[in-house]
Amino acid sequence: MDLAHSEEEEEFRARLREWLAAVLPTLPARPDPLDWPARRAYDCGWQRRLYDAGYADVHWDASPTQRLIFLEETELAGAPYVGANFVGLLHAGPTIAAEGTAGQRDRWLPGILRGDEVWCQGFSEPEAGSDLASLRTRAVRDGDAYVVSGQKIWTSHAEVADWCELLVRTDPTASKHRGISWLAMPMDAPGVTVRPLRTLAGSTEFAEMFLDEVRIPVGNRVGEENDGWRVTMVTLSFERGTAFVGEVVACRRLLGELARTARRNGTWDDPVLRRRLGRLSAEFQALWRLTQANVSEAQATGGVPGAGGSVFKLHYSHARQELYEAAAAVLGPDALDLGRDWTLDRLSSLSYTIAAGTSQIQRNIVAERILGLPKGR
Amino acid sequence: MDFRLTEDQRALRKGVRELLARLFGREALRAAVDAPSPSLDRELWRELGAAGFFALRLPEEEGGVGLGLPEAVLAFEEAGRCLVPGPLVATHVAAGAVPGAAEGSTVVTEVDEGLVPWLDEADVVLGDVAGAAPMRSVDPLTPLHRVPGLVGTTGVPDTADVLPATGVAVLLTAAEQVGSAAATTEMAVRYAREREQFGQVIGGFQAVKHLCAGMLVRVELARAAVWAASVTADPVEIAGAKLLADEAATGNARDCLQVYGGMGFTWEADVHLHLKRAWVRAGLRLPAARAEEVVAAGL
Repeated sequence: MDLAHSEEEEEFRARLREWLAAVLPTLPARPDPLDWPARRAYDCGWQRRLYDAGYADVHWDASPTQRLIFLEETELAGAPYVGANFVGLLHAGPTIAAEGTAGQRDRWLPGILRGDEVWCQGFSEPEAGSDLASLRTRAVRDGDAYVVSGQKIWTSHAEVADWCELLVRTDPTASKHRGISWLAMPMDAPGVTVRPLRTLAGSTEFAEMFLDEVRIPVGNRVGEENDGWRVTMVTLSFERGTAFVGEVVACRRLLGELARTARRNGTWDDPVLRRRLGRLSAEFQALWRLTQANVSEAQATGGVPGAGGSVFKLHYSHARQELYEAAAAVLGPDALDLGRDWTLDRLSSLSYTIAAGTSQIQRNIVAERILGLPKGR
Repeated sequence: MDFRLTEDQRALRKGVRELLARLFGREALRAAVDAPSPSLDRELWRELGAAGFFALRLPEEEGGVGLGLPEAVLAFEEAGRCLVPGPLVATHVAAGAVPGAAEGSTVVTEVDEGLVPWLDEADVVLGDVAGAAPMRSVDPLTPLHRVPGLVGTTGVPDTADVLPATGVAVLLTAAEQVGSAAATTEMAVRYAREREQFGQVIGGFQAVKHLCAGMLVRVELARAAVWAASVTADPVEIAGAKLLADEAATGNARDCLQVYGGMGFTWEADVHLHLKRAWVRAGLRLPAARAEEVVAAGL
């Protein structure tokens, strides 16, 4: 147990802090949260700034501890979050870095790091949401290409993406986990149709995607043919293990903001509400510590976070929803104003216990993979 | 930064676990429960003292082991795991200040939240016990006296109320809660893998699996909080750790009882012993309402 940072890590923190203080005041105003093309431009612009300053690869090349410092400092400084680059930086990038060939890494990683290319995630299907292995989008080999047909859904950022990490069934006769492959699909390929879906928050951050005989070069397959399930597990463990790290820091900042608002508007005098905020603060502090524990474990075991990510995600997603409920109690009538960030965020938070595997799926993972309980119904 | 235990810490945990298995295994626990009235096992106390359990944090030049709060937390987690009875925390905190506490020859208890555990069996009692009256303690292995006029204070406390010495006692109590929460999780999982109903082990049913998964989440969160607080010794972090550890110990004992079904409601199963001790610890050393206020005050 050592929570202290090395001299080198503290130097990294000081340099980063200085850079953030210099660069943040020069950023343009944030775009309308419902305007995805504008958000893409803004998020990619920020990513480019990070790249030019040498911070872009912090998500998968730096040591996990440096990544924690990066996320802590950028969040505390109020810097933009990954936004539209979420899938590229936190899913597809780390997966290609871990499982791709040298050529694939050269082809895709620089575009992600520079903010030139945005990725989306083509995992879920109408009939295969959390039961991901039931996916039916099929890919038939034709010479040096796969011909892909099917339908994807809940594809975040599809409208503004250049590439899609696509899961397809390459062997329909194999057992459901065995016949899957992981492909990088260019979104401008003929046969790709994207139809944005409107979320309950009014945003079009995700979409349906129809694939009609889309030709994808065999060289775009990451990992072996029919080994996509294992590759996907790598992707998902990144998603559950580290992709939410920055958000915990964000929640701690939001909670501080909420306490200040409560002190200003008098709701702090309500002991029930005050204690509720105290409890949430203890939970987010503990979630931050749990993150450090998971990162330490991942660092010691070779970088890929294990099922511990599910433990984290389970509590985090519920705690964050609780945070917005407490916020509504503090804000009173303002909580009903869609013009407030809090209100939009409260609506968005409803997806947390569903996206990236529902809480029910996470509990199965914890029970089966960590506690060793039998698979079953 | 490396949150994992060091080699030495892992060895210490293993050593304490083996020691406690020898000194206070399941048979000893059940014998203590079945005794006509709870009595403090002086021999056990001396053996714990000889092993350095109470002197763990005393400097070596004062005859102690010279370890820190993180190591003490690991030792108390193990004590919580096997439900060692007695005022372990008060005696440990008194080591170095009260003669004989470090060696385990003096049993020290303390007035806390209007209650005094083990008053009749202790050699030294810290605090004013005037008018203390015995009550029928819910925990068969923690006799309690009530001190009039000392019911837990209310209102917004000053964070400074959680003084360093008190903070250590709060944290070590939280560590015991984590140990108990981990023990009931293991008990529930073991039972779920053995007990068959409807032609299969009940651990294959999603409803049971999800109870067990929830238990693990509570343990992991509380343990991360307790371990971190042992490193930072920050009063607000300690209060938060106690809050989550109480929730883990009481919540997990209840869920364990549920997994055990009818068996869980019997005196014969150990589940109720964990639940009752967890309730007592949750009522001592910064109970939830004030822990929440302390953390809120830090916002």
